[in-house]
Amino acid sequence: MAPTTPQEPGLSAVPSYEEQQSQSRFDALIGDDSRIEPRDWMPEPYRKTLTRQISQHAHSEIIGMQPEANWITRAPSLKRKSILMAKVQDEAGHGLYLYSAAETLGTERDELNDQLLTGRAKYSSIFNYTARNWADMGAIGWLVDGAAIANQVPLCRASYGPYGRAMVRVCKEESFHQRQGFEILLSLSRGTEKQKQMAQDAINRFYEPSLMMFGPPDDQSPNSAQSMAWKIKRFSNDELRQRFVGMIAEQVKVLGLTLPDENLHFDEEKKQWIHKDLNWDEFMNVIKGNGPANAQRLERRREAHREGAWVREAATAYAAKQEQSEVA
Amino acid sequence: MSHKSNWPLWEVFVRSSRGLSHVHAGSLHAPDKEMALRNARDLYTRRNEGVSLWVVRSTDIITSDPDSKDAFFESPQGKDYRHATYYKASEGVKHL
Repeated sequence: MAPTTPQEPGLSAVPSYEEQQSQSRFDALIGDDSRIEPRDWMPEPYRKTLTRQISQHAHSEIIGMQPEANWITRAPSLKRKSILMAKVQDEAGHGLYLYSAAETLGTERDELNDQLLTGRAKYSSIFNYTARNWADMGAIGWLVDGAAIANQVPLCRASYGPYGRAMVRVCKEESFHQRQGFEILLSLSRGTEKQKQMAQDAINRFYEPSLMMFGPPDDQSPNSAQSMAWKIKRFSNDELRQRFVGMIAEQVKVLGLTLPDENLHFDEEKKQWIHKDLNWDEFMNVIKGNGPANAQRLERRREAHREGAWVREAATAYAAKQEQSEVA
Repeated sequence: MSHKSNWPLWEVFVRSSRGLSHVHAGSLHAPDKEMALRNARDLYTRRNEGVSLWVVRSTDIITSDPDSKDAFFESPQGKDYRHATYYKASEGVKHL
């Protein structure tokens, strides 16, 4: 139709009447704190931002299975082993919920998977730190999952419907993850002097990386303002970090341990927590791929995908055969 | 080596307990209906969330057009006499 149209819609610098109408409908929905659903019109940058954020989130869940899966066979009791397996299974599940949400924006699952396997996509840099001993399972659950929860709870109200719904499910399931981590640390802290030392050492190593999970400080986070205007993000990186550090400052007392941040205190005048300066150079370096385990994590993921190839092929062949016999 | 599987997308509906309807829970990819059902169980009912599952190929679902929703759902607009709250004169009368 209309081969004489001078320009493809969308390529024109001046938005068409239809586009303006669609944009104002979109703006009104966001303004009303309503939700955008998959088949609604949305600005391309909104679609792109969400696709990137949701798929990175999914990749993080999938890669996040590794540090803990590594400890399943060495968990100190059958109960701990079962708990850890349930947690790792949850992370697989969370990855799948999130991939489904990302797909509703128009990028296929295979493409998202490919982006991860080829190293084109990012995932949370926290998973590029290694889990050296059992106490790390405690610190990861308490601090890493704790930070993730602080980040994720406001995402349940994200303006994109499928993302919010996936996050509701994730948050419901995630609450046990942090508690089980806390209880691992509590058991160690109440154990022998050496065990208590192990717990403290794990906290010392995961404290800073967990605070950095909220992303760079607000004045160095150029995309935050747009995400907040779109109501994808509801609180700034620093606001969430503040909330989290306040919670763990209290919780660590119950453990009878300390945070590796001597001058951490609440400034009554500024009404905010003052914590140590975080090493953002290290953060950027890990994001760029130079963390302790970047190469190992990605290689393990590729290996798992390779090793599963025959299962996928067999299932596809079986499905085709079934379909044929049904037609016949 | 190909990463592509192109397994179809399935929508998953879960009945959380007897007496309630199946409610949409999410979606997943699976090669066939049997695998879709098993994957749905593993993915959406890890904590006793369901007593019954439906899976439907996403392409088999017919949807209303989001762009024409105002016209499509126009009929009940302005017909608030279809709601009990429209009737004010009988307010305060018991058991009514």
